[in-house]
Amino acid sequence: MNALMLLDSGFTERLQQKFYSNFILENRYTYLLNGLKTTLTITLLAVLLGIVLGFLIAIIRSTNDITGKLKIPNFFCNIYLTVIRGTPTMVQLLILNFIVFASSNNKLLVAVLAFGINSGAYVAEIFRSGIMSIDKGQMEAGRSLGFNYLQTMIYIVMPQAFKNVLPALGNEMIVLLKETAICGYIAIQDLTKGGDIIRSRTYDPYMPLLGVAAVYLIIVMIMTAGVNRLERRLRNSDH
Amino acid sequence: MTTNDALIKVQHLNKRFGSLQALTDINTEIKKGEVVVVIGPSGSGKSTFLRCLNLLEVPSEGTILFEGVDITDKNADINMHRQKMGMVFQHFNLFPHMTILKNMIIAPMKLQHKSEKEATELAMDLLKQVGLEDRAMAYPSQLSGGQKQRIAIVRALCMKPEVMLFDEPTSALDPEMVGEVLEVMKSLAKDSMTMVVVTHEMGFAKEVATRVLFMADGKQVEEGTPKQIFESPQSERLQSFLAKVL
Ligand SMILES: Nc1ncnc2c1ncn2[C@@H]1O[C@H](COP(=O)(O)OP(=O)(O)OP(=O)(O)O)[C@@H](O)[C@H]1O
Ligand SMILES: [Mg+2]
Repeated sequence: MNALMLLDSGFTERLQQKFYSNFILENRYTYLLNGLKTTLTITLLAVLLGIVLGFLIAIIRSTNDITGKLKIPNFFCNIYLTVIRGTPTMVQLLILNFIVFASSNNKLLVAVLAFGINSGAYVAEIFRSGIMSIDKGQMEAGRSLGFNYLQTMIYIVMPQAFKNVLPALGNEMIVLLKETAICGYIAIQDLTKGGDIIRSRTYDPYMPLLGVAAVYLIIVMIMTAGVNRLERRLRNSDH
Repeated sequence: MTTNDALIKVQHLNKRFGSLQALTDINTEIKKGEVVVVIGPSGSGKSTFLRCLNLLEVPSEGTILFEGVDITDKNADINMHRQKMGMVFQHFNLFPHMTILKNMIIAPMKLQHKSEKEATELAMDLLKQVGLEDRAMAYPSQLSGGQKQRIAIVRALCMKPEVMLFDEPTSALDPEMVGEVLEVMKSLAKDSMTMVVVTHEMGFAKEVATRVLFMADGKQVEEGTPKQIFESPQSERLQSFLAKVL
């Protein structure tokens, strides 16, 4: 009768006590709270950096696709995409921390750069597919009115492409949030690391790690719900 | 420039897509106030010809003179010239993320630096002329095909172009909507707008064209007044084409 055992008073008591020692005692919950703040900060800043990078690269790449111009910038973009997507994020983070910024003490900045540069590669391809999905008649209509290529991109193609890829960008943000869990490797106390610190204090793996997992899950579920709502709203409006 | 001067002069125009010769040695002039209707079988190069006029397709050889300026020249400011060449597409190509009004005023505001008020006044005036002033705040997806195409026409007119290029403007429309679009085009012609129209509407060609250009296999095969083209076609190609479409 396992189900009954869960309700057995000795069990709930132990649960309460574990909860107390893992989260309440010595304000240990602050490891999770501060860790969460760090995780969200890194994610948010990295997403912004990724969007800026990805946007620029997507413009270069799709301009090359559409007009055949910008061959040299496109070449470098391709190298960037190949390298970033062809190596583990973890390795990129370590390289940035121990080689490129070996002398820097601002670990948070290193993490933001690493994840932003990483995310930029994926966002670039999201944007590019968004741009290429816009009917080429839109570009032609813009050009026929007298807009130059860049103006047509900015006023006509991009707003439509951006709308189409918003859900994909939301998903990229969710992926990134989870990827930041490796930043403990460069001595950043994020949510994951926070849980791990508690574990090393209390010698109890269950509560802190399951707690960390639950926090990630809740945030991801909230973000997913947001993306789904966005998707539905975009689908229901043609403009 | 007198009214008899060529607004557009096409000289030895050739266009290849890879190994496909889409246009072969086209020579023609479009004078101010003319309505030139281009007809011909599918794949004969009508669209390609029209799109070469505003350089949406870049000619492989030959020159296009617009108001005396060679716009195929590398140093020509094609964006400037395109402001004076309105174009209407088969599939309308309205901007779906903008209201009808915004569709119409964005180019005058950004390119001719008109104030929003000024651009809106002109746009509302044109909307009234095509009977759609109550749709100004609607989005393109809320309009019928015929309404969309009328909007596409007035959107181009907002730039006060010297010439209007039409590529099969009624081909994507349900039959009952063709008339309303042709009406707008007829009234444009009446206001002596210079027009180049690719169409399968032979009735429109007969009634409105000042000149008809018949193309086949990328060549200009025959050219003349509607009377000449429809009543005494010379070439066998044209005769057999007319036998099929009339
Ligand atoms: N972008 C392109 N790339 C390759 N071939 C093309 C391209 N555009 C047109 N062509 C080819 O050039 C030829 C002329 O095409 P065009 O569209 O000008 O014909 P059209 O007379 O307008 O025909 P339709 O009445 O079907 O519109 C066709 O064989 C077409 O397949
Ligand atoms: Mg065509």
